[in-house]
Amino acid sequence: MTAYIVRRVIAAIILLIVVTMITFAIFFLVPRLAGETSTQLAAQYVGRDPSPDALAAVQKNLGFDQPLYQQWWEFAHGIVAGRTFRYGPDASVCHVPCFGYSFKSHLPVWPEITSRLPVTISLAAGAAVIWVITGVAIGVLSALKRGSVFDRFSMGLALAGVSLPIFFTALLSLALFSYKWPVFPNLQYVPITQNPVLWAKNLVLPWITLAFLYSALYARLTRAGMLETMSEDYIRTARAKGLPERQVVIRHGLRSALTPIITIFGLDLGLLLGGAVLTETAFSLPGVGQYAVEAITDNDLPKIMAVTTLAAFFIVVANLVVDVLYVAVDPRVRYR
Amino acid sequence: MKHLPLGPNHLHGRSGTTVTAEGPPDSAFLSVRDLRIHFATDDGLVRAVDGLSFRLDRGRTLGIVGESGSGKSVTSLGIMGLHRSARARVSGEVWLDGEELVAADPERVRQLRGRKMAMIFQDPLTAMHPFYSVGQQIMEAYRVHHPDAHRKEARARAVEMLTRVGIPQPDRRVDDYPHQFSGGMRQRAMIAMALVNDPDLLIADEPTTALDVTVQAQILDLIRDLQRETGSAVVIITHDLGVVAEIADDILVMYAGRCMENGPAEDVFTHPQHPYTWGLLASMPRINRERKERLLPIEGNPPSLIRVPPGCPFHPRCRYAQLTDGRSETEVPSLVPTDSPGHSVACHLTPEERRRIFTEEIAPGL
Repeated sequence: MTAYIVRRVIAAIILLIVVTMITFAIFFLVPRLAGETSTQLAAQYVGRDPSPDALAAVQKNLGFDQPLYQQWWEFAHGIVAGRTFRYGPDASVCHVPCFGYSFKSHLPVWPEITSRLPVTISLAAGAAVIWVITGVAIGVLSALKRGSVFDRFSMGLALAGVSLPIFFTALLSLALFSYKWPVFPNLQYVPITQNPVLWAKNLVLPWITLAFLYSALYARLTRAGMLETMSEDYIRTARAKGLPERQVVIRHGLRSALTPIITIFGLDLGLLLGGAVLTETAFSLPGVGQYAVEAITDNDLPKIMAVTTLAAFFIVVANLVVDVLYVAVDPRVRYR
Repeated sequence: MKHLPLGPNHLHGRSGTTVTAEGPPDSAFLSVRDLRIHFATDDGLVRAVDGLSFRLDRGRTLGIVGESGSGKSVTSLGIMGLHRSARARVSGEVWLDGEELVAADPERVRQLRGRKMAMIFQDPLTAMHPFYSVGQQIMEAYRVHHPDAHRKEARARAVEMLTRVGIPQPDRRVDDYPHQFSGGMRQRAMIAMALVNDPDLLIADEPTTALDVTVQAQILDLIRDLQRETGSAVVIITHDLGVVAEIADDILVMYAGRCMENGPAEDVFTHPQHPYTWGLLASMPRINRERKERLLPIEGNPPSLIRVPPGCPFHPRCRYAQLTDGRSETEVPSLVPTDSPGHSVACHLTPEERRRIFTEEIAPGL
């Protein structure tokens, strides 16, 4: 078990290294391959009509004059061991994990991200609780009452949930419940430490909007899984034992049907922790997703690198947790 | 399989199977009367079981034989009250120890399931839940009917049952998962699970079909030994006449959801009355047969249960149907007693014709 986890952690670290290399290549190498010189790259980060001296200084400060592998190495080294930047006589120490300074605002990237993480975590975790409970419950009931009015209605709703884009449902819910009937007026993120009630109240709409999409997915998955497991031979055995139907459904049917859902849940949650871009943007939540949008529109490379690495980190960790959990859930799975 | 006629322990001629279509419940432990199980499908009404009646006493073993699709498994699930689908229509009567089950409250039938009547299935790998240990599954079966039992007590009971069904190191194997058991071990564990509450009726649906031949015999021996110990009634459902020869006291031959022939095993094997039974016997390999002799298959296929042939359902495949002056095509034969006690048959041929055909044409080939 421990050996298995250690092996998986090493594999995860290697994967993360590869991800940063690829991201680095996309944003630093591709422009050069397209013919941009390091001076032109630097020009993006200097004001209008820069003097050649200023350009040269920026080029040097941002490290564009170094070979690419060295730039990557310093980036990676910074994450693990910190990094010292020298601007002429000044030197600034960037602590571990150092993702560098924003090219645009010259603020360190990591503290900015950590200040935004609670927003994203609040959004993702709250929505996850809602969608797991509603999605699984609706899926189970639909499967048990297959073909009923409830089944048809909820599957129709689920189809809508899967098909309607977040930016549509988000704006719709804002228009209805924040403006037309101001049940949730003045939506603004309030930290949970400051006012838990307001925190929850102002997150209700984003939670429901995000959970609507995922509930729909999970309801459909759970329904399909339940329909399959409830026709298994071992369900017949459970009934033949004289178990009450509720126990048959929950202990025998749902237990099997939930296994694949755990996998998907881990990945979905990991993905969202890396930033729920659409939801955060639609509800003006200052989370990691919004930060990612800023980073890309500004072409702010350190921010892009940091956001990508963080998202990859969450997904890799979620994957790892799911794989370890899976062994606990399904005794047929062995550590390899 | 086994050399016929059967061993001496099968020779007690008392029959547990007399068919009574109406009247008050008789003293039989299990009495099935005019059981009909139909399924509404998009293609039409499937008459999986259509007017089946039989009875079975405690301590006796009934073998239900027939080809695939003859309604054997549907019957067993019907007795257990396990047809839940809205499309299944069950009618008729099932009397278990003086209690009628078909019209009974489903909750009452649930309480009887697993405690008074238990069932084992064909494929023990798919019939056990892959995520729970064998012990957990046996304990669950025990505790659902003994809600006051503590975990420890249930566990001790599970170990005891595994010991009884001959699983080595039961106190360790109890924590193993089904996939860690071999096929035969799994079926033993299934039997342990079925018998954990000392049921009075055990229904075994093709219990040996998924197993190796050597293991088959062990499982049948086990079922027989446990039955002697507990005195329960056993229904064995199989398409394998060898299994029936091995274990059954009485035989019920099913075809197209109906009973074709029913009687003491010894009598059915030595004096089979129905042309379908003759066909089954002739198609069965026997160890004392000449190797050169070919097995005789029954021509044709079992009928569609949606469009069951009118009259005798077997007539399209029956070589003697023309002897009945067309009655077999129009009239459903009723199950009538034969000369020997407890032996009845549903056939339009006269007893004389049957005797003549059997002695002249069938018996020499068997």
